[in-house]
Amino acid sequence: MAEPASHAQPGGDGQTRRDFLLQATTAVGVVGTCLSLWPFIDSMNPAADTLALSTTDVDLSSVKVGQSITVVWQGKPVFVRHRTPDEIAAAAKDDGETMRDPQKDADRVKKAEWLVLIGVCTHLGCIPGGQKPGDSRGDFGGWMCPCHGSHYDTSGRIRKGPAPANLAVPPYTFTSASTIRIG
Amino acid sequence: MRKLILTVLAALSVAGVSQTALAHEGPALQKPGFSFEGVFGHYDQAALKRGFQVFHEVCSNCHGMRLVAYRNLKEIGLTEDEAKAVAAERQIQDGPNDEGAMFMRPGRLSDHYIPPFANDNAARANNNGALPPDLSLIAKAREGGPNYVYSLLLGFDEAAPEGHTVPDGMFYNAYFPGGNIGMPPQIMDDLVTYADGTKATKEQLAHDVVSLLNWAAEPELDARKTLGLHVMIFLTVLTALFYALKVQIWKDVH
Amino acid sequence: MSGFHTNSKVIGWVEQRLPIFSFLHHSAVEYPTPKNLNYWWNFGSLAGFQLVVMILSGIFLAANYTAHTSLAFDSVERIMRDVNYGWFMRYLHANGASMFFLLVYTHMLRGLYYGSYKAPRELLWWLGVVIYLCMMGTAFMGYVLPWGQMSFWGATVITNLFSAFPVVGKFIVTWLWGGFAVDNPTLNRFYAFHYLLPFVIYALMVVHLWALHTVKSNNPLGIDVKTPQDTIPFHPYFTIKDLFGIGVFLMIYMAFVFWAPNFFGEPDNYIKANPMVTPPHIVPEWYFLPFYAILRAFTMDLWIIPAKLQGVVAMFSAIIVLLFLPWLDTSKVRSAAFRPIYKQLFWVFVADCVVLGYCGGKPPEGNLVMIGQLATAYYFLHFLVILPIVGKIEKTRPLPASISSAVLKPMEKA
Repeated sequence: MAEPASHAQPGGDGQTRRDFLLQATTAVGVVGTCLSLWPFIDSMNPAADTLALSTTDVDLSSVKVGQSITVVWQGKPVFVRHRTPDEIAAAAKDDGETMRDPQKDADRVKKAEWLVLIGVCTHLGCIPGGQKPGDSRGDFGGWMCPCHGSHYDTSGRIRKGPAPANLAVPPYTFTSASTIRIG
Repeated sequence: MRKLILTVLAALSVAGVSQTALAHEGPALQKPGFSFEGVFGHYDQAALKRGFQVFHEVCSNCHGMRLVAYRNLKEIGLTEDEAKAVAAERQIQDGPNDEGAMFMRPGRLSDHYIPPFANDNAARANNNGALPPDLSLIAKAREGGPNYVYSLLLGFDEAAPEGHTVPDGMFYNAYFPGGNIGMPPQIMDDLVTYADGTKATKEQLAHDVVSLLNWAAEPELDARKTLGLHVMIFLTVLTALFYALKVQIWKDVH
Repeated sequence: MSGFHTNSKVIGWVEQRLPIFSFLHHSAVEYPTPKNLNYWWNFGSLAGFQLVVMILSGIFLAANYTAHTSLAFDSVERIMRDVNYGWFMRYLHANGASMFFLLVYTHMLRGLYYGSYKAPRELLWWLGVVIYLCMMGTAFMGYVLPWGQMSFWGATVITNLFSAFPVVGKFIVTWLWGGFAVDNPTLNRFYAFHYLLPFVIYALMVVHLWALHTVKSNNPLGIDVKTPQDTIPFHPYFTIKDLFGIGVFLMIYMAFVFWAPNFFGEPDNYIKANPMVTPPHIVPEWYFLPFYAILRAFTMDLWIIPAKLQGVVAMFSAIIVLLFLPWLDTSKVRSAAFRPIYKQLFWVFVADCVVLGYCGGKPPEGNLVMIGQLATAYYFLHFLVILPIVGKIEKTRPLPASISSAVLKPMEKA
């Protein structure tokens, strides 16, 4: 390997200048390379059309007391349950119980008879059972996730099993006495 | 090195010549000068907003703009409520509902600009057999771009040259390939009353609506040029450093 | 030969099991490179750099693209409008294709000028030609994906080339299409191969480099390396020189991406493909124009050979002839610097390619038809007649004794 003569004087002025240049160039080059990767990484984030929240309108007039319906919002199931007075009372009574994710029932609803929840188990994303009449509703009369056995009560709060948090409440508003708009 | 640069430039110009080999036919295009031209050019928000008023009140009766969503109107200075109001002006088909029927509902922000006709055949049937093209990309899809659209809009004044026959229901426009266009002249003084009080001359109307159409075709233009300047400044520094280091490293090689 | 040593235990452990560090050291650090390489030798590394840019931007575009005739055009527009930095990636990729060809054409012309295809570099040259062929296929299929008017009609015209072959032609075309016209099956398979071929090119590039490192680089003098004084190690001398080249290249490239992103494009491709309407002028991308001119140069049936078949055969021959170049050029001297006649002929050939490109971009009318035909004739004349003869009769200038002795004297202007 031919070592050129230019390396012969370490510590000389030329050497210092070259070291400085090398360090500056490396620094600028590394910063530039990292910055130029950002557009590629960011392109995998949700696009503008995905972010433009689509909303879902739900007509509640045909849902009788004790019935549940499932609607789709942003690609996820949303549970809407028309709760019976017993279910409301049970949810309110348990407000004082020890829970993993303590929340009052009144803070989870806009109108006590209508419970609106994102139907995705907070454990690992399965859809809990309890919507259909034949489903097991778990030990607390709400929902029970078949994947890993998380039990939710009539307010959708986690009461037993591995899930870390209550079923989430999506943003929604009552657009009339019997219709809601989710999102 | 100099020779190399010259050669690269020559090669690029050859590529350029071959690109422009298909020059535009017809008279030279009018060039009003748009704010978004040039290295530092950006869109003029007021012009875009006025242009949208022209498009919305006039053009959109026949032409669609299907790639632009109502939510995008916020980018040209409409408030959220104004954009929502514009969206709600037209009905769009949705469904099926719980009974399995399709139904009409007002447009929403997430909808794309609702076209005036349900499909191309309906558009033809309502326009004497001519299909008014969708205008989302028109400023990029024609040779000459915005200048072509501008010239075309104002190009109805001249009479057809002798020997040129204009079929019934068509109009002479020297800028349009073949000279006969199905679209009647649209741009005339005071066609709309501008909300911002600008005098609506023909030239002003054409300028504004073409600005809007260019935005519809290239909504990224402002972001593109801004990012480009930053990238260029960075590359200049980096390349200068590379060059200095190269000179340092190579200075003792014979 | 191997000057690789390490004190690191980890590197040593890996090295014993997989000698990757000594391999990298051998091929990217100590690789003995002729010290007289000029800036024209930057274009190989630039093309390699550009291949990586194309693959990277392509993968992220593919993540947002839908290969279906009813969705492709709109999915590209969604990339342009809604995907974060989607416009940047698409313009990077579209202009990048033009840049890639610009770099590779320059790289090839450098090889032609300095005789880099001659022994012992024939296989190196062949690998390059194969890479170029793969690039053409990749570029053609990529251009179809946005499913605009030019995409569709370009695909129709180019696939129809194969119909020129007697008997089997129309079966080949149907097979290429997967139907009876360019349609959804065509788009889908083009997408699959457009994604695959760049990795084939990458593999070929590795073999191209392998061949290069076996026979070593040619140089502007075209004479062999004789002593260690003729060379310098690749690192740091050529790593920094290549990096400087990348910096300059990126500035030109980015100027197009940010300020003239549709310069190389066709307005018609912003109109969604319509199988019922052909645009008035169909032109391929600029990098195919010379071949397009050769295709169109044949307008008369000869004996039983129809003009269409002549054109198609000529077009393919224009590339195939490059494979025979190492033997068609009979001169013993590599570099045009010492070949006074060839040096002139080289520039005539370049001019001929430019003329062909110009003719290919214009509608075939008037004088242009004849000019295109003459330029086509000259293209083949150059390779098949002029080069073999000139090699024999040319009186070459005396070659320097060695690279280092020539470098010490003021270099003759190449």
